[in-house]
Amino acid sequence: MSAKTLYDKLWDSHEVRKNDDGTSLLYIDRQLIHEVTSPQAFEGLRLANRKPWKVSANLATPDHNVPTTNRSEGIEDPISKIQVDTLDQNCEYFGITEFKMDDIRQGIVHVIGPEQGATLPAMTLVCGDSHTSTHGAFGTLAFGVGTSEVEHVLATQCLIQKKSKNMLVRVDGQLKPGVTAKDVILTIIGKIGTAGGTGYAIEFAGEAIQSLSMEGRMTISNMAIEAGARAGMIAVDDTTIEYVKGKTCAPKGEQWEMAVEYWRDFHTDEGAMFDKEVILDAACIQPQVTWGTSPEMTIAINESVPAPEQETDPVKKEGMKAALKYMGLEAGTPINEIPVDVVFIGSCTNSRIEDMRAAAAIARGRKVAGNVQQALVVPGSGLIKQQAEKEGLDKIFIEAGFEWREPGCSMCLAMNADRLEPQQRCASTSNRNFEGRQGQGGRTHLVSPAMAAAAAVAGHFIDSSKLKPVA
Amino acid sequence: MEKFTCLTAIAVPLDRANVDTDAIIPKQFLKSIKRSGFGPNLFDEWRYLDHGEPGMDNSTRAVNPDFVLNQARYAGAQILLARDNFGCGSSREHAPWALEDFGIRVIIAPSFADIFYNNCFKNGLLPIVLPEEIVDKLFEMVDTNEGYQLTVDLEQQTITDDGGLKINFELDEFRRHCLLEGLDEIGLTLAHADEIRAYEEKQKQITPWLF
Repeated sequence: MSAKTLYDKLWDSHEVRKNDDGTSLLYIDRQLIHEVTSPQAFEGLRLANRKPWKVSANLATPDHNVPTTNRSEGIEDPISKIQVDTLDQNCEYFGITEFKMDDIRQGIVHVIGPEQGATLPAMTLVCGDSHTSTHGAFGTLAFGVGTSEVEHVLATQCLIQKKSKNMLVRVDGQLKPGVTAKDVILTIIGKIGTAGGTGYAIEFAGEAIQSLSMEGRMTISNMAIEAGARAGMIAVDDTTIEYVKGKTCAPKGEQWEMAVEYWRDFHTDEGAMFDKEVILDAACIQPQVTWGTSPEMTIAINESVPAPEQETDPVKKEGMKAALKYMGLEAGTPINEIPVDVVFIGSCTNSRIEDMRAAAAIARGRKVAGNVQQALVVPGSGLIKQQAEKEGLDKIFIEAGFEWREPGCSMCLAMNADRLEPQQRCASTSNRNFEGRQGQGGRTHLVSPAMAAAAAVAGHFIDSSKLKPVA
Repeated sequence: MEKFTCLTAIAVPLDRANVDTDAIIPKQFLKSIKRSGFGPNLFDEWRYLDHGEPGMDNSTRAVNPDFVLNQARYAGAQILLARDNFGCGSSREHAPWALEDFGIRVIIAPSFADIFYNNCFKNGLLPIVLPEEIVDKLFEMVDTNEGYQLTVDLEQQTITDDGGLKINFELDEFRRHCLLEGLDEIGLTLAHADEIRAYEEKQKQITPWLF
């Protein structure tokens, strides 16, 4: 048998049939559902008088619209409330398990899947959300779909798909101290561009990736979509298996042993071919801050905002000019001199316990700078919030002047009340710095949790290792 | 789904790369639980001078005269000419819903983001990938000829104009077939229900923890 990539193995093990036209019918093991991209799918099922094919394959939670304060008072925005109520009603009607807003297990879909063991290695997993690539960290084929495909999976447990090409992104060697998974993925996107992975499924590999915790790996695969790839994945190893062990929905007893043996094969075989390979040296990766309105517009903390004049591609040059204008920045400004107004620590990219700990380690004993108008910490799930509180992280944040919130997507996309005002500049641990993403006119700089916390206490971007020691 | 066979219409140029789905339909309009009615808020932040929210009377809002969709010469356009990586970002199907609701049926660009590209076909929208130099040429034609129209023929897989231009384009056979016939993909998959069940029976032996 010829050598296969991880993606080939995931694809082959889920192919129900090959169609004559080059597409395949792919079986989907798990679907995660949230309130924004599902109402029209459920409506479609009802109109066609169809039922879910396999109810137990689905898990739902509201995350995009939920408030992060005063949850006991319900949702103030009537339109958001209708959407969350609609999810509740649909799940009840079709018998789908849902962690409702007041459930401790509620959280961002991409956080609760792994947390519950609903995300397992060697699966196929979809969700009506582009950041579904997150789950690829488990050696799983996970990708975002539109609402029509949410309905398709509900009705058939399958999708008609054409196989993507294979891309390998290998990060060799070890990361320098203070360099995080977020810096790695921003560097990768900066190198290959936001369309660099279009048409490909990316496998992230190499010593630097293998050395990451599952939290770090999820940050990497989460942003595969920002490099244009619907799916990003990382081979199964001891770290993966250790993380999954004991999770609520993970197999137990004899089935656990059987599962581990099965999962161990989900790595790329020696000699397997990729259509494209990108290799980075971990030692060259620096802490990153994005300066523009696309995740590829990223620089190291010790660099300056680039000049469009130096770009030769005319379309890119115009894009850079528009980005500088929108961001209110001058080319040549050192990024570490740029003050911030708001700090947001959260999102499906960076709201897990390790992220909370990394930010708290910087915030401990320090104070949010006077020029920072708001510093938000939004844990990814109720269980992460609980764990963080058990560790006393909430107190560290609150004493430093951060706000400690209820779980949800929050200011990552500002569908709830958490949003930037026009021209406010935000150090954000989220995944997109698009125009208006965090609020109309808002200016987003993507950073790691440590960098965000450092910006909060310094009042401007700063390499966290350069912060004055706590007295 | 509405069929797509052939269309002759005005083309409107949107000359920027990496147009993301947040720009196509901003997040505040995603709170709707319906599939229709997104057209008036297509490109909301670029199209209007004020901040749009659901429930506003869009007909009374001040429009941005500089934005291309607001220019009289492109009124009634059904073909959108775009740049690289169109539709990147969020998977929201609200983006093709908004384009379709506005009246756009064809988008021509050098490249599209995967999820958006896929979502178009579920909604009777035809995204066409053409080499960059041909897209450049079309931008030039649109710019210099007011009222410039293109004819997009899916059956023939051609784009033509009155002046003798003829461009061939490629498309997956399955997608072409579904669009030409306006097929219900779920119905197509359910025709293979027995094969899906057989797959599940086989997998129950291999990965019983998933069942």
